[in-house]
Amino acid sequence: MSTDTTIKSGRSADPDGPRATGPSVGRRVIDAVGVQNLSLLFALAVLVAIIGVNYPSFFSVANYQVIGKAVSIIGVLAVMQTLVIILSGLDISVGSAAGVGSVVSAMVFTSTGSNAGLGILAALGVGIVLGLINGCIIVYGRVNPVVATLATLAAYKGVAQLLSDGRAQGYTGSNDLFVFIARGSIIGVPTLIWIFALVAASAHVVLRYTDIGRNIYAIGGNDVAARLAGININRYIVGVYAVTGLVAALAGIMITARTGSGQPVSGSEGLELQAVTAAALGGCALQGGRGAIAGTVLAVVLLGVLDNGITLFGVNPFWQNVARGSLLVIAVVIQQLRNGERRIGMPT
Amino acid sequence: MTEPDAVFSLRGISKGFSGVQALSGIDLDVRAGEVLALMGENGAGKSTLLRIINGDHLPDEGEMRLEGQPLRHSSPAAAHAAGIRVVAQEPEIIADVDVAENVYTGALPHRGHRYSRRRAQAQAAADLDRLGFTGLIEPSRMGRRLSPAQRQLVEIMRGVLGNPRLIAFDEPTSSLSDPEVDVLFALIERLRADGVAVIYVSHRMSEIFRIADRIAVLRDGHLVGSRPTSETDERELVRMMVGRDLDALFRDDDRARGDVVLTVDDVTTEDVSGISLDVRAGEIVAIAGLVGAGRSELVKAVVGETRIGSGRVLMHGKALKLRSPQDGIRAGIGFAPEERKQEALIMGRSVRDNISLAGLDRLTRWHFVQRRRENELAAGFVESLRIKTPSIEQQVRKLSGGNQQKVVLARWLARKPELLILDEPTRGVDVGAKAEIYALIQRLAAEGTAVLIVSSELPEVIGLADRILVMRAGRIAGELPAGASEEAILDLAMTHEPLSARTESLPLEAHS
Repeated sequence: MSTDTTIKSGRSADPDGPRATGPSVGRRVIDAVGVQNLSLLFALAVLVAIIGVNYPSFFSVANYQVIGKAVSIIGVLAVMQTLVIILSGLDISVGSAAGVGSVVSAMVFTSTGSNAGLGILAALGVGIVLGLINGCIIVYGRVNPVVATLATLAAYKGVAQLLSDGRAQGYTGSNDLFVFIARGSIIGVPTLIWIFALVAASAHVVLRYTDIGRNIYAIGGNDVAARLAGININRYIVGVYAVTGLVAALAGIMITARTGSGQPVSGSEGLELQAVTAAALGGCALQGGRGAIAGTVLAVVLLGVLDNGITLFGVNPFWQNVARGSLLVIAVVIQQLRNGERRIGMPT
Repeated sequence: MTEPDAVFSLRGISKGFSGVQALSGIDLDVRAGEVLALMGENGAGKSTLLRIINGDHLPDEGEMRLEGQPLRHSSPAAAHAAGIRVVAQEPEIIADVDVAENVYTGALPHRGHRYSRRRAQAQAAADLDRLGFTGLIEPSRMGRRLSPAQRQLVEIMRGVLGNPRLIAFDEPTSSLSDPEVDVLFALIERLRADGVAVIYVSHRMSEIFRIADRIAVLRDGHLVGSRPTSETDERELVRMMVGRDLDALFRDDDRARGDVVLTVDDVTTEDVSGISLDVRAGEIVAIAGLVGAGRSELVKAVVGETRIGSGRVLMHGKALKLRSPQDGIRAGIGFAPEERKQEALIMGRSVRDNISLAGLDRLTRWHFVQRRRENELAAGFVESLRIKTPSIEQQVRKLSGGNQQKVVLARWLARKPELLILDEPTRGVDVGAKAEIYALIQRLAAEGTAVLIVSSELPEVIGLADRILVMRAGRIAGELPAGASEEAILDLAMTHEPLSARTESLPLEAHS
């Protein structure tokens, strides 16, 4: 984000060459937060004010926990989606992969005599394989990422249904580890929120501070240039998709823990669209090369608060989808207009 | 002071962008049948002026007149309708339609309400013939298969067709080789005879003196002055452009040559065949030839970007296993490709990120980028290469062409390669930056780097290289010593087959 905003200071033709002194303090604060994030924060503040004025109970630790737990699953998926989108890909198979992860974790748990650790490891392993399949289809099969993962969205959903025979599998509700994931907490913060925070923080650190993250931005910005600069772009693409599969399986495990059983479809269907929505709302450009984890996390929270508000106001829950969609369109339109895009033809 | 016979005149044109004054008070006239050359360093305001002429931007102040009528067009379409054409330097070519459709977009030949492909092809063939482009380009070739030169020819066709009153060419020859330049100049002569007003933007002095009647120079958004071509010389123009005298390009013959660094041993790829060459430490070797002779394809094979069918590439006598550019780079090769924007720069990232890209692995500990070292590295190159940028955080796409090229060079200098391959290192770069890049290349060689240059600019090849290899149709046609004449190079570069055979084995093949 910060690269994005320094431009807007309008000093592009400074004849004196490079300067050590930066822009003003206010400018720096905005740079640090990012303009995109600032508008998300503003939207969040408005939303919280509207809800809070009408329902003071909104401001309670219990309600924060409700929101946090509700967004944690979608949150981990949105964070990984952010990485994929920055790489200028897209992974819409994550919902189905989460379904496979959920079913596998519960079934392995049951068949190994209630060994939760094995169930979780098996699910994560299967998740990596699903992600590797996505990456290999895209890189070595030369298939457009949307088409490739659209295909595996259907295929993985079928796999989950075949494995489970279309029914909820096992019962994990009495296992300590699964119960801890679903309802436990560490220093007052629910485990689910910890998982989300940990995934988000790791992704943020990797993107921002490591050469891996920098190369991801480079590949998304210009893959030819990245390759000619000596970056092994195939390895990066396959790697990011593999990790995305892993995190999708993690989301599946969280679903298993929350519902107490392995769910082939019901807990995971539609998660992919919410994840993409959150990433786009958070400022990722779908053509790649731009975006950051902070924006996505803010967007996830914003969507969570929106859902919470709709519930509190007692509005027909079907409005949730309408509200999410509207928010996304508004956010992207504002973003594009600020970029000064000319209104000609298909947007890039 | 309006000239009575001016076809096109600008009065007091000013334009600013968010606080930066790009143009201030430009007065300019172009007469019928006159070729007015417009010169200036990158960032002097030439592009902004062309965009205003083209209707892409509205001027903040001032007025434009075409044949005495005030113009205030607000879109390229309106400018086009008024008879104004701007031939872009980097043309937009539709990748998935053929040349004919690319040329006639907007006014496709039709029969009834249907597009007639046959008619379009016939019309394109006729127009190509009329313009003297026959043999250089086929009407049925798809946009994506066109070479940079052919893309430029398509753009030129778009410009001259119809009934233009004013045509502005924006560096039309930057991707053309000499025979194509001759064709273009013949075309401009004809436009001149037809009474069309021509504005010609270029960095190349020899061309300007060949074609222009009058030369106008811009510097920092101001019109420094205009001179009839016959009353000025290169020295004066350079002084007008940069505000100081530049040292001429001198070749430094005293450099010590070391051991052989690169050996290319009988390499054959899809595009080149049987290439053998070597480059020593401290030596500058140039590859000359027409566009499409296989020069870029050869160096891409050497660095590992394109597959080598047979033959070997050796560094310090050790054969390389080239599966991707990563292998070439690890073996000590640096490669600045021809298409800066498409192949080298991450336009949306900062100057710093672009400079450190190829050497990022050396700036990390446990994968964590050492930000301080990286900043010092980038700031050091910004200073030593005189890259004009407000900060190292600036997005590269906001820089001018010359400064972008310096960023690419800085990227490879940061890696300290033993062999540096530069494909068209000064394309679209202004005179000031050009001189700096030449000095830089010579300094690198003096420090022992082996340098391999691909260039279409013969003065550059002659002025820089210790040896000149000339390619023709995918083969090395011959080798010339330092200081060879342009004629000698061209003689080797041109095919000597009869003209009828040439259309079959065109030197201008595009390579996808």
